[in-house]
Amino acid sequence: MKRILLSHGAGGREMTALIDEVFLARYGDPNRVGDDSATVLLGSHRLAFTTDSFVVDPLFFPGGDIGRLAVAGTVNDLLTAAARPLVLSASFIMEEGLEISVLQAIAESMRVTAAEAGVAIVTGDTKVVPKGAADKVFITTAGVGLVLLPGVSGAAARPRDEIILTGSVGDHGTAVLLAREKLLDGEAIMSDAAPLTGLVMNLLEEGCEIHAMRDPTRGGIAAALNEIARQSQVAMEIIEARVPVAPAVAAACEALGLDVFQVANEGKMLIIVAPKDAAKALFIIRRSPYGEAARVIGRVLDAPPGRVTVKTVIGTARLLDPPSGDLLPRIC
Amino acid sequence: MKFIDEFRDQALVKDLARRLGALAEGPATIMEVCGTHTMAAARFALKTILPPSVELISGPGCPVCVTAQSDLDAFLALGTEPQVVLVSFGDMLRVPGTHTSLEGLRAQGAAVRVVYSPLDAVELARQTPDKHLGFFGVGFETTMPATALAIQTAAAYGLDNFSVWCVHKTMPAALKALLAGGEARVSGLLCPGHVTTIIGTAAYDFIPAEFGLPCAVTGFEPVDMLLGIESILRQIKEGKACVDNVYTRAVSVPANPRARELLAAVFAPDDASWRGLGVIPGSGVKIRDSYARFDARARFPQVWERLTPPPPSPCRCGEILRGVMRPVECPLFAKGCTPAQPLGPCMVSTEGACAAAYRYER
Ligand code: SF4
Repeated sequence: MKRILLSHGAGGREMTALIDEVFLARYGDPNRVGDDSATVLLGSHRLAFTTDSFVVDPLFFPGGDIGRLAVAGTVNDLLTAAARPLVLSASFIMEEGLEISVLQAIAESMRVTAAEAGVAIVTGDTKVVPKGAADKVFITTAGVGLVLLPGVSGAAARPRDEIILTGSVGDHGTAVLLAREKLLDGEAIMSDAAPLTGLVMNLLEEGCEIHAMRDPTRGGIAAALNEIARQSQVAMEIIEARVPVAPAVAAACEALGLDVFQVANEGKMLIIVAPKDAAKALFIIRRSPYGEAARVIGRVLDAPPGRVTVKTVIGTARLLDPPSGDLLPRIC
Repeated sequence: MKFIDEFRDQALVKDLARRLGALAEGPATIMEVCGTHTMAAARFALKTILPPSVELISGPGCPVCVTAQSDLDAFLALGTEPQVVLVSFGDMLRVPGTHTSLEGLRAQGAAVRVVYSPLDAVELARQTPDKHLGFFGVGFETTMPATALAIQTAAAYGLDNFSVWCVHKTMPAALKALLAGGEARVSGLLCPGHVTTIIGTAAYDFIPAEFGLPCAVTGFEPVDMLLGIESILRQIKEGKACVDNVYTRAVSVPANPRARELLAAVFAPDDASWRGLGVIPGSGVKIRDSYARFDARARFPQVWERLTPPPPSPCRCGEILRGVMRPVECPLFAKGCTPAQPLGPCMVSTEGACAAAYRYER
């Protein structure tokens, strides 16, 4: 590893190796569990803290834009720690020459999304770099939330837990890719970018025994499930036929040679719940507008640790491997 | 989508698996000629429902994989020419050349663009008249018409800053060389339907005629593939050998005349160099003289002159492509060679046998 390659940013094996070797080796917390949000104890409160950068190209795509992504992405990361999102920061790196109207449209979208998510954007920063030193605008958001249910972590999935997916997969990644490459004109594929505050808060308020949550962004549900299986040292089995995929998304993925399980989502959550509460959780999730198509897609098994398998639509079983060397840069 | 789902129906698959069990007598080794078949077989874990005596092995059907190391090295070297932007399909990006890969070259600052269609490269050439866009023309009969169209489009625009480094290959000649070599013990061949939509099923007639081997032309859904395997097993059982077309949805048995005309206008048959198979006479195409200014080899002859032959590599892709070795038999499989650190193209390409085995079959 001599230079940064695009595949180091794709959410797969290369990125994990890079983070381990460069950052964690130097300043990683030895007790770290590897979730999307860190949590810190402050007096009697536990806070969740996370940050994320957004470099999506194009800035506006069907179903969303970089501003909506920047808010929803960080909000959803806070939610994975079972935290109520409280405040966000937003920093902008802008390329010389960017139209102010574009920035205004992005800021407006952030306002709307933050209101929907129930968070306030309370601080930020702007930097301008010469033309060519960045592409239009990059946004970094950070967020703080209040943990409502302690212990929810990718490391806390247990055998026999049920795995709920809150809706269809592959929408965001395919929508952005098609918009960028101007492929398959007229296909109605929309990004699912959305903050899931309402959906997750309902679950927490009604006392469901949730063990783990993860928003399957880069690397799709394949990456997210493998992470949880590895962190929790459990196995998982997913039923392919139960994973909702919009027909247009399925067709686009077939045509482009993409594995829809590895394609990014920006408004979905994988929720690992104790078996006794699975039906109740599913019912609550389905009440929320972003969870109408939620399904139990599989369950947690005890062994072999870290292994995720798929029961295919024809009834056979195969490995669900995390993506590697993905070639869909700048999807979020 | 309904169209696809029908070809994945569980009950139908179970029934077909039962029929295969009844048909299979002795051991049968069936080669999937096409990389898309390799990937589909792995993704649906088809091997787990075949009768134990029936084995599926991959053949030379992954276009990225069969691209010779020297051709890849030459294309990478083209990237060091002034003003040249390398344009490629994404699948090729991480394939290791002798010194680097397209991805590595890009990280060092070279201009490398990924496209989904060669026409996108022509469009890039129109937008950046001060650059020369060199497209890596990789692929079999299915991708060749798009490259031919790109060349004709560039000619129509009168572009002078677009060329193709052409390593396109034709499947039948390679199969003939492979079978004549006698190294791979194959009892039948599963041929890709989509290639056949361009070249027609007659292109495979030599396989039963010269080698006495049954063929089935089929699609990429599990049911398609199982029907193809059933046809091969039935032919073996009945002591027959023909090219059976079980893929009736898209294959019009005579070839698509428009695509053929396009190919004939732009390309002329030529020898081609294959990874693992060496130079096979008549197994490739070159750009016709009338389109010579779109031929990167002709425009940048100095690139070839600089190249040294690639040193031997521990990667066994050659044997995998010849069907004499399975990915798990490579000592480096999942050890020194993984999708994150691939040593050969078979571990990189989405149609590569090693990648399929790594992703779905470990
Ligand atoms: S496992 Fe790797 S080294 Fe071995 S043949 Fe496949 S690509 Fe080559």
